[in-house]
Amino acid sequence: MTRTARRTRRMLPPAGVGVAALLALSACSHSDGATPAKADSSRSAAPGLSGTVTVFAAASLKESFTTLGEQFEQQHPGTKVAFNFGGSDTLAASITSGAPADVFAAASPKTMSVVTDRTDTTSAPSIFARNQLEIATLPGNPGKVSSLKDLTDPGLKVVLCDRTVPCGAAAQKVLDTGGVKVTPVSYEQDVKAALNKVELKEADASLVYRTDVKSAGGKVRGVEFPESKDAINDYPIAPLKSSKNADAAAAFIALVKSPDGQKVLSRAGFLKP
Amino acid sequence: MTGPKQPVAARPGGGGPRRPRVRAVRRGVPVPLLVPGLLALAFLLVPLLALLVRAPWRSLPSQLTSTEVWQALQLSLISATAATAVALVLGVPLAWLLARAEFPGRGLVRALVTLPLVLPPVVGGVALLLALGRNGVVGQWLDAWFGITLPFTTAGVVIAEAFVAMPFLVISVEGTLRAADPRYEEAATTLGASRFTAFRRVTLPLIAPGIAAGAVLAWARALGEFGATITFAGNFPGRTQTMPLAVYLALQNDPEAAIALSLILLAVSIAVLAGLRDRWMTGA
Amino acid sequence: MTDIDAPPALLGAADEQGLDARLVVDRGTFRLDVSLRAAPGDVVALLGPNGAGKTTALRALAGLVPLSEGHLRLDGTALERIPPEKRPVGVVFQDYLLFPHLTALDNVAFGPRCHGTGKAEARAQAATWLGRMGLADHAGAKPRRLSGGQAQRVALARALATRPRLLLLDEPLAALDARTRLEVRSQLRRHLAEFEAVAVLVTHDPLDAMVLADRLVVVEHGRVVQEGTPTEIARHPRTDYIAQLVGLNLYRGEADGHAVRLEGGPSITTTEDLTGPVFVAFPPVAVTLFRDRPTGVSARNLWHCEVAGLETHGDQIRADLTGEIRLAADLTTAAAAELDLHTGAPVWATVKATQTHAYPA
Repeated sequence: MTRTARRTRRMLPPAGVGVAALLALSACSHSDGATPAKADSSRSAAPGLSGTVTVFAAASLKESFTTLGEQFEQQHPGTKVAFNFGGSDTLAASITSGAPADVFAAASPKTMSVVTDRTDTTSAPSIFARNQLEIATLPGNPGKVSSLKDLTDPGLKVVLCDRTVPCGAAAQKVLDTGGVKVTPVSYEQDVKAALNKVELKEADASLVYRTDVKSAGGKVRGVEFPESKDAINDYPIAPLKSSKNADAAAAFIALVKSPDGQKVLSRAGFLKP
Repeated sequence: MTGPKQPVAARPGGGGPRRPRVRAVRRGVPVPLLVPGLLALAFLLVPLLALLVRAPWRSLPSQLTSTEVWQALQLSLISATAATAVALVLGVPLAWLLARAEFPGRGLVRALVTLPLVLPPVVGGVALLLALGRNGVVGQWLDAWFGITLPFTTAGVVIAEAFVAMPFLVISVEGTLRAADPRYEEAATTLGASRFTAFRRVTLPLIAPGIAAGAVLAWARALGEFGATITFAGNFPGRTQTMPLAVYLALQNDPEAAIALSLILLAVSIAVLAGLRDRWMTGA
Repeated sequence: MTDIDAPPALLGAADEQGLDARLVVDRGTFRLDVSLRAAPGDVVALLGPNGAGKTTALRALAGLVPLSEGHLRLDGTALERIPPEKRPVGVVFQDYLLFPHLTALDNVAFGPRCHGTGKAEARAQAATWLGRMGLADHAGAKPRRLSGGQAQRVALARALATRPRLLLLDEPLAALDARTRLEVRSQLRRHLAEFEAVAVLVTHDPLDAMVLADRLVVVEHGRVVQEGTPTEIARHPRTDYIAQLVGLNLYRGEADGHAVRLEGGPSITTTEDLTGPVFVAFPPVAVTLFRDRPTGVSARNLWHCEVAGLETHGDQIRADLTGEIRLAADLTTAAAAELDLHTGAPVWATVKATQTHAYPA
């Protein structure tokens, strides 16, 4: 919190602040007991925000974060949010290799820990969203898939994410706890690739995130299954030490965690933290 | 028209024994060539050296004994070789058509052939899915009539690799054909050979070095192919997981293993390419 | 006019046996229109400067260039529409085009193999041909190991091995050095003499043409300008090109008895008694040069000239003279030195009437 203090000192709050931002940020403080101080400081700092915030975010956040980025730019005229969406591991690797970024939003605490292990974050990461698996099937569900067990049907072509990527690890976990043994035709390199195979009708089913099913629109049908609770994926977010625009980074994180931000995220299929 | 012409045949073996075997006279190498040349060499080799420097030598033995690694390596070698064979069988005739046959739109076709070179391989993979996938433009008929589905199969790996690698072969062979003297084919024709016989018995042996060079390029490209393969054929150990896929996925959570796998792939390719090169350099 | 030189006796025979062709190849800026007739056993040389269309004519005969017009009959069979691989035609290419990846034996066996002969039989035939060419020892050699003369014979054997009814030779000696050329020329002459069908060779070298061929067809600018036996052509050249080739001074003029008045120039006295348009020819060695006007010289042909250029030919010097008449004169180096010849030197040139030759144009 020393940083917060320093930030407050630097900022001179002129009158006539962006009301929407104020509301959003103060509203945020209700949901999280740890943030009032930060929210206060942001409120006073908000008018001074400018420049570019560079956000490295997991690919599954693309739609919702893009929306949030636009909101942020509207609330803070003069700022710009630049995104780099990609696999969390790749992003973490680029951050530890020195890629310039202000905020990192990962799809799993494990990938976030790659960055925190190297103490590249300024404050502890916080969970802002959660995701869980769904079965994605072809539109209309011609394979009549209604449970995890149905995926063992040898007539079905199932693709899973590779164990080395988060969605694959999660899929393995639910299959293990469900005691279901699925032989996929392919272990895809990421969740979008797995989803693509179903969208292109090359595969009949896949285990992907709720958010991915949402983003595919009508091209796939999502099927929920109870075992998914065993592998709920936490999405942590953290500001980065290398940031040249720490205030704006903090403000963006605050927006993500605000009710407005949460609304956008839940529209994309994310669960509340 | 009747002036003495020297036969400008494709000299097999890059000159062969006709080239005077005089010891290279040691003359000063011009600095404007030497410096960029050495820079180019460094540029190509330093990243590979970095792999060696950072290689996890201690974990290398355990990588070498892993069945998944062997499976992937074996699959890589087999599928790259099969893709090269496909490229040869289809690509050499295409190169001949482009170099020797006259047809409208030849320039356009030549440009189209090189398209897979500029296409990002992942896009190539998607394009292959749209064409040959279970639901693809052609693939749906393959599935309906013959029950053949190519994605997620080793055949799919070969197709993805051939798609990406064939242009290298076609361009290389076409270049050699253009440089080769078409009058040898004429000579064969006057001896009673049909155009195909002339191609098979005269042109083909004459351009063999060019074909070999093209095949090596294609093989190397196929061996390193990642994007089109994983997109079209997916990733399943033993069936469609080639070394580059294994490397990529290892990179996700175990970079050291990825480096080790890369080294294995590099070592094998260097061994094969060096072996082939030696054979051709001395054999032709 | 040129047709007169073709032996009329051949015309009837060519309809049945041998070659009867009118080759027209239109290439926009260049048009070849050449008629050829030859009986089996004939060796015809197409002689002409570079770019005259000789090679095009040869390629048209082989079927490598399509005819725009005309006809091509060989032993009574129309060949115009027959593809080259089906024509009974053998070609010896200018640079031989021996297949570099095959041995001499396999090069020769290539034709028989393409005609359906079994491998062993084709190689046996090829060995016989190579033996006939004196190349039995080189059967296993790759073309790059053969000397120019050997390669030429392998090429000939390869062309003959398909037993063609028409043998085409494109500048058969051009790729050889001077010494080999002499030797190969006489060998080739022997082989061509043995060949029972029609042979057509293309050359720009008059000596090759005269040694190898029974009949010359001189082609300039895509047309036949003269045709006849080597002797006829050498004695009666009809164009400057041929005159230069055979080393003659050639003039065209109007004859009135023994005197021929040249166009815009002096007269030449000849032994022949002619009237009307004629050619007059005499060899450069027939010219005698003097620095001072000669007295008591019997030659009636005396012209005042100036040396325009000097060229050495072996132990001879050829002087290019201008002045009253343009002519070439050959003299020994000793004579040239004695006369102190140099460019620009004024000289008197004489030619005896007995050494000139006049014939109707």
